[in-house]
Amino acid sequence: MIPETGHFALILAFVVAIVQGSLPMIGAHRRDPAWMALGTPAALCQGALIAIAFLCLIGCYVTSDFSVLAVVENSHTDKPLLYKIAGVWGNHEGSMVLWVFILGLYGAAVAVFGNHLPVPLKARVLAVQGLIGAFFLAFILFTSNPFLRVDPAPINGNGLNPILQDPGLAFHPPMLYLGYVGFSMAFSFAIAALIEGRVDAAWARWVRPWTLAAWCALTLGVAMGSWWAYYTLGWGGWWYWDPVENASFMPWLAGTALLHSAIVAEKRESLRAWTILLAILTFSLSVLGTFLVRSGILTSVHSFAADPARGIFVLVILFVLTGGSLVLFALRAGRLTDNGLFAPISREGGLLLNNLLLATGAGTVLLGTLFPMVADAFHMGKISVGPPFFNIVFLPLMVPLVLAMAVGPHLSWKRGDLPGVLSRLKLAAVAAVAMMVLTWVLDGGPSAVLYAAGGIGLATWLLLGTLAEWAERVHLFSARPGEIWRRAINLPRGAWGMTTAHLGLAIVIAGITGATAWRVEKVQVMHLGDSVDIAGLQVRLDSVEDNVPGPNYVAMRGTFTAHRGARVVAVFHPERRQFAQPPTTTTFAAIRTNLIGDLYVVLGEPDGDGGYVTRIYHNPMVPWIFGGAIIMTLGGLVSLSDRRFRVGAPPRAAARLAAAKG
Amino acid sequence: MDRRTALLPLVLFLALAALVVWRLVLMDRGDLPKDIPTVMLDKPVPTFDLPPVAAGQPGLSTADFKGKVTLVNFFATWCVPCREEHALLANLTDKVAVVGIAYKDNAAAVQNYLAGQGNPYRQVGADADGRVAIDFGVYGVPESYLVDGEGRIRYAWKKPFTPEEIRTRLLPLVAALTP
Repeated sequence: MIPETGHFALILAFVVAIVQGSLPMIGAHRRDPAWMALGTPAALCQGALIAIAFLCLIGCYVTSDFSVLAVVENSHTDKPLLYKIAGVWGNHEGSMVLWVFILGLYGAAVAVFGNHLPVPLKARVLAVQGLIGAFFLAFILFTSNPFLRVDPAPINGNGLNPILQDPGLAFHPPMLYLGYVGFSMAFSFAIAALIEGRVDAAWARWVRPWTLAAWCALTLGVAMGSWWAYYTLGWGGWWYWDPVENASFMPWLAGTALLHSAIVAEKRESLRAWTILLAILTFSLSVLGTFLVRSGILTSVHSFAADPARGIFVLVILFVLTGGSLVLFALRAGRLTDNGLFAPISREGGLLLNNLLLATGAGTVLLGTLFPMVADAFHMGKISVGPPFFNIVFLPLMVPLVLAMAVGPHLSWKRGDLPGVLSRLKLAAVAAVAMMVLTWVLDGGPSAVLYAAGGIGLATWLLLGTLAEWAERVHLFSARPGEIWRRAINLPRGAWGMTTAHLGLAIVIAGITGATAWRVEKVQVMHLGDSVDIAGLQVRLDSVEDNVPGPNYVAMRGTFTAHRGARVVAVFHPERRQFAQPPTTTTFAAIRTNLIGDLYVVLGEPDGDGGYVTRIYHNPMVPWIFGGAIIMTLGGLVSLSDRRFRVGAPPRAAARLAAAKG
Repeated sequence: MDRRTALLPLVLFLALAALVVWRLVLMDRGDLPKDIPTVMLDKPVPTFDLPPVAAGQPGLSTADFKGKVTLVNFFATWCVPCREEHALLANLTDKVAVVGIAYKDNAAAVQNYLAGQGNPYRQVGADADGRVAIDFGVYGVPESYLVDGEGRIRYAWKKPFTPEEIRTRLLPLVAALTP
């Protein structure tokens, strides 16, 4: 009964999505208020129906209803409850339901919070949301029905791939999807604006909070994905430039560019056509990611079971959405003229440079990701594009970006004073160079890796440049403490958000540099009592215990102790877990962090001779990467709380006037 | 914005879409991206002369392939699948001449490994820098190549052997090639 309810809810949602995608659009064209008003209830209804379907699917998993094929294939009664629920989106069918569920949430959010939008704009935005929903619901219903029954029902299920049975993976897909799907809002607004042929400051102000929200979720999602790879794959790496990782990184780059160009569109009524194009591309890259992961056209270490038929369907969706919107763009972009003129050296100029570099970066990653396919097409052989390509091509693009990032916020709109700004950044520049030299010397002088000094210098430059901008705004070095406090409190949340997010990136850059340059890896066969020297510690293998029972696995658990001299600093319990269903072995790395670096211990195969293959890594500064990403997300959230985005918040001056009168 | 500039994103997108469709059509015909082609199939064995892993033992060179059917197995002691495959190779020694090429490995480790796990190889060459592997077109270890009596590569298997693969493809081919 529950699966059928869910299935019917999906079918109804599909029908409602078609209504939502057509009537309000026609209504907006005919200026018919009744038809336009239909968008709001339709969006709410669609959101509710998909929520019902999603809950039904969760219900099937929680109750282990093995008459449902997807549950049989991905669940097992022995699985802990968290993973029964996470199993819902740990596979193709369920993850698509999660995808449309989030789409439905966003649509409903516009319906509820969009009362201040002009009526035709709201109708068109909701209609585009409805169309996207209709496409993906059709995809689910026709190619990947999650409620498909099996008869006879098996006694038990096949279980979830153990590598997915992890808290990191339970939460990271919903975060990623909140990001991917969140960019559909910017897309819908862009299409609505193209249809109306009008992009003004108000439009940009409506688009920005949605983009910002999606960006926050995606930033956190990418960081969580990286964290998951770091601690579950057992190789001590946190980014592999794998197609699936790139699929999440490309929309992030494009979304970051969009976030910044929307500022120009909002404040200076400039870069409008470009902002629209970015909105289209960002969402298209999100859908492309969905497509790449499912079609099997690229080889990846982690992707869903490949199915060309599904691939074709997502491709058709991508073709209609992206192709259609680019046709619209080609037809209408000519009308979008820019009012605000600006000198190359100006805040706008800085943001334009940021956009140029980020967009090129996204293009580079796209090229690297799809190149194996291109090479194959032109008979250049089957190749794979690995980290060297991305390191050589992508990272150099990021250097000028970070250099400019410290300068940009200091520049004024329209025409900036570069020499003046640079003289204000003298201290930051001196400190950055000093840090580079210091890093180089501490790292061993001539034998040091050069990029380490460069990376630390860049991070310092960005950190101090950003702080300098904040210090200037609050008059840190010239005003009395009370005045500084007052200024800091009155600083717009948007400015606080920018400062926080940029500081977060500085920390990420330092983390990436340290983690890449100073990582130590020791792989060896250890017998009980053997010690390995790493990072000034002696790590000793004390014991190995076999057949340690877990909830749905048995583990071989090692006990390692790290000593400094005679003192025990840390105890590690890495495991090799043998899952019964499906029969798979996973490694569970033991990680000990002190927030500056991680010690990472992996227990490998026994060599049959009383020894064990062990891998011990010292990963300095890895926690900074994840910590920095969290700070960036916080920055985004702070900016999101800025009162100019808040629904119904009266403009500041009006509020103050009212207060004065009262 | 200029009309023609506005058209550019669409053109680029269509080119990309065409490419993706083409790839999907190929997949539909059974050509999966993960299938790795064997460039060296039906070509003569590359010319090489590898030193042995221990002084006094025979090394391996192109000349050793003359006159008999040989299975060349690329392996490494640091490669876990190679260890799994090792036992299968031991069963082949009476049916075909098995020789090994130790890929990017150190001599002491290889000697240790062969002493501990048994040595199915008539000869082992040490390919310390992996140059010979490149000439063979090796993507990773383990990989195996069957060379006929004229020194021509007739078969390549680019992953660990399975009993089924040995039974259904390798051994029949060995029988067909052996005069």
